[in-house]
Amino acid sequence: MSFINYSSREINCKIVYYGPGLCGKTTNLQYIYNKTNPEAKGKMISLATETERTLFFDFLPLSLGEIRGFKTRFHLYTVPGQVFYDASRKLILKGVDGVVYCGDSQMERMEANIESLDNLSSNLQEQGYDLNKLPYVVQYNKRDLPNAMPLAELEEALNPMKVPHYEAVAPKGIGVFDTLKAVAKLVLTELRKGG
Amino acid sequence: MIQQLVMYEEELQQINRICEVLHRDSNARAVLVIDKNGQAIASAGDVQELDVTSLSSLTAGNVAATGGIASLLAEKEFAGQFLEGEKTNYHISIVGQRVILVVLFDERSSLGLVRLRVRKAGQELTLTIEVMVKKSAAGSGQPSVFSEITDDDIDNLFND
Repeated sequence: MSFINYSSREINCKIVYYGPGLCGKTTNLQYIYNKTNPEAKGKMISLATETERTLFFDFLPLSLGEIRGFKTRFHLYTVPGQVFYDASRKLILKGVDGVVYCGDSQMERMEANIESLDNLSSNLQEQGYDLNKLPYVVQYNKRDLPNAMPLAELEEALNPMKVPHYEAVAPKGIGVFDTLKAVAKLVLTELRKGG
Repeated sequence: MIQQLVMYEEELQQINRICEVLHRDSNARAVLVIDKNGQAIASAGDVQELDVTSLSSLTAGNVAATGGIASLLAEKEFAGQFLEGEKTNYHISIVGQRVILVVLFDERSSLGLVRLRVRKAGQELTLTIEVMVKKSAAGSGQPSVFSEITDDDIDNLFND
């Protein structure tokens, strides 16, 4: 749910990175953080365990510039991917404007990918959202690994709605900004429809 | 779909005034009003030293987690929280089921005084938030600038 402030002329939107544990959601945000000008970003917050697994969420506020005299601010969140943190994932989806589903390209993570996608869909439904109507893109991460599945197979299993998809190697930044731009554009386009 | 929240000048002025009165009357260090989704709405007092964006996100996360605990215990919500530090204390309350009112205070104030003042400010804030939610739903009659956004406007945002 975007928050529009006519007084300070700001648009605030919330984007959530969703996906199975260790798929690279936090790495996406870290790359964006490292490559963004200091004036365009706030502090990146990671609520993580001692072993650097996301416990509650990562948070990165980004300013993308002005559109029709309104400052556009995107708040990027990740969810904890591990199955048993489902209650936390539900909380983070509240008020979401756009979703990035981050899949792990490795063959042995296919079951976890499908489970996470089903979980995304049902958790959104619980909050009154429909994944079919929400600004939504898919990222296939870890494309550089030798056990990465062919893109066509990933698409068939994880992208039945054929939303925009991006191949990524998050630590190197490949596909990271393409994914962010795509979801941000969809969110702003949705805002235009709503306006 | 969940309703979008829109803030107009009139309500922001009212919220700012409520924050300033609460800040003064409770001898607080700072007052923050935060949307439940983690967006900062208004503030008063000594906020220059604070990272308001991060505080807003973390406070909303905290309130969401506490709300999750409440529902597991079949409680409607835990309306308030008090975080006690050595120097700074952090008082959190939910107002109008929609926004979070935070008071940061130190030894110059007390929990009793803050609670008392928050109760009054909370009532006023609830009324303003109700107006804001109604206006958001109705669109307030003002022409929306967003319907005029073009693909080029959106593309221009991403020109590096």
